[in-house]
Formats: sequence, C-alpha cells, structure tokens
Amino acid sequence: MIPLSWYLILAAGLFSVGLFGVLARRNAVAILLSVELMLNAVNVNLVAFWRYGDVAQMAGQVFAIIVFAVAAAEVAVGLALVISVYRRRNTVAAEELDLLKW
Amino acid sequence: MTTEQIIFLIVGAVTLLSALMVVTARDLVHAALWLVATLFGVAVVYTLLNAGFLAVVQVVVYIGAIAILFIFAVMLTRRQTSKDTGPAVNKNWWLGALLAALTFAGLFSLLQGWSGFSKTASAFPSGFDAVNELGLALVSPTGYVLPFEVASVLLVAALVGAVYLAFNKK
Repeated sequence: MIPLSWYLILAAGLFSVGLFGVLARRNAVAILLSVELMLNAVNVNLVAFWRYGDVAQMAGQVFAIIVFAVAAAEVAVGLALVISVYRRRNTVAAEELDLLKW
Repeated sequence: MTTEQIIFLIVGAVTLLSALMVVTARDLVHAALWLVATLFGVAVVYTLLNAGFLAVVQVVVYIGAIAILFIFAVMLTRRQTSKDTGPAVNKNWWLGALLAALTFAGLFSLLQGWSGFSKTASAFPSGFDAVNELGLALVSPTGYVLPFEVASVLLVAALVGAVYLAFNKK
C-alpha cells in the first residue's frame, strides 16, 4: 500500500511548482496555467484525505468536484480577460499591464 | 516495493517533471501541452486513490475543455512583437523560486510532525460503491445539494461574464 505521505508530498511539490509559475512567469496565459497546477495539487490532497480518512464521508470528493467547477469558471473568465486586455493593449505580458500602478 | 508503489513513483515523477516544464517552457503552446501531461498524471493518481469518477471528470473537463481553451487563448493572443518575446520569466524569478522552495520545505516539515502522516488506507467496506455514494451525496438535502447548486450558478455567472468580457463591441 502507498502511505498517505507520498500523496501529500506530491501535492506539496505540485503546489510549489505552480506557485513559482504564478510568481515568475511574464505571460498572463502562463500565469493562469500555473494556477491550474495549484488547483490540481489541492484536488490531489482532497481526494487523498477522503481515501485515507472515513470513505463513507464523501466530502473530499464533493469538494474536489466543486474545485473542478471553480477552475472551469476561473479559466473562462481569466482567458476572456486576457483576450480583452490583448485587444486594448496589444500585449499579454504581465508587467506591461501597469495601469493601476502609480 | 509493491506494483502500486512503483506505478505511483513513475506517475509522480512524470507529473512533477511535466509541471516543471509547464512553468519553464518558453513556447506557450508547449507549456499548454505539458499541462495536458500533468493533468493526465493527476488523473492516474485519482485512479490509484480509487476515485475513478474523478479521474474520468479530470480527463473530460480538464484535458478536454480547459486545456483546449488555453490553446485557443494562446492562438488568439500570439504576437511576435518585441514586447512579448523577452525571457519567459520576469527579473525577480529567483525570489519566486525561493518562495516556492520555502513553501515546499514549510509544508514538508509541518506534515512530518503530524501523527497521521504515514498512515495507510483501510480497505473499502464490503458493498461500498464510491460513485453511487458520491451521486447520492451530491443530490441529497442532508448532503451537499446546496454547494452543488451554488457551483452551477457560479458556472452560469462565469459563462455570462466571459461572453461579456470577450465580446467585440464593434
């Protein structure tokens, strides 16, 4: 059997890689890709805790499905924002979008 | 080592390596395709956790819809101007790498001190059908019908918002 720790370490690694991507990438689409990595790491944790806890309690899987829905909504709105910004500013590089920076 | 553990190690290594490629690949289309590989790896992890339904949803929703949406967005925003062809990461990337490494170390040390860290899974009770239980939990009033309905409202709101934002007014 696989101990719970392996799943938790995999999820922590996936989350950290996604965090690096969010902080370091220049392209707005690449930042959204990294956010997807972080959401997947959270999902791995939720499902692992469901399996290693009381399996009759479905909360872990239910919340994983809610995270799926939130991720789909986030990507739809995020990519629409990126396309809208691209139309107006002709760039998707995150540091070029400094309208709110004084 | 059991077969299950060997499969987990291979899948975990592939998942983490493709995740690293997602955040370092210079070409965004390559990054999106590496994301597909990562999502497949996570789907296999769900299967190892006996969550077959979630593995199928992962492939259908994440790979079938979200990853393809990303590739469309890359296609619609691609441009070879001087602004967008710089390095893939910004000039403070080392700070991000440091913060990510600190997060991983912090999570690892926090989890290591937890008593349930290396516990193993108990077998399913006899006659337990996880997909059936999940379906009942999602629609029963004593279960999670309210979060389920809120999620559907959220999806409709996001759909309307996305159409409004991306609509060309001219």
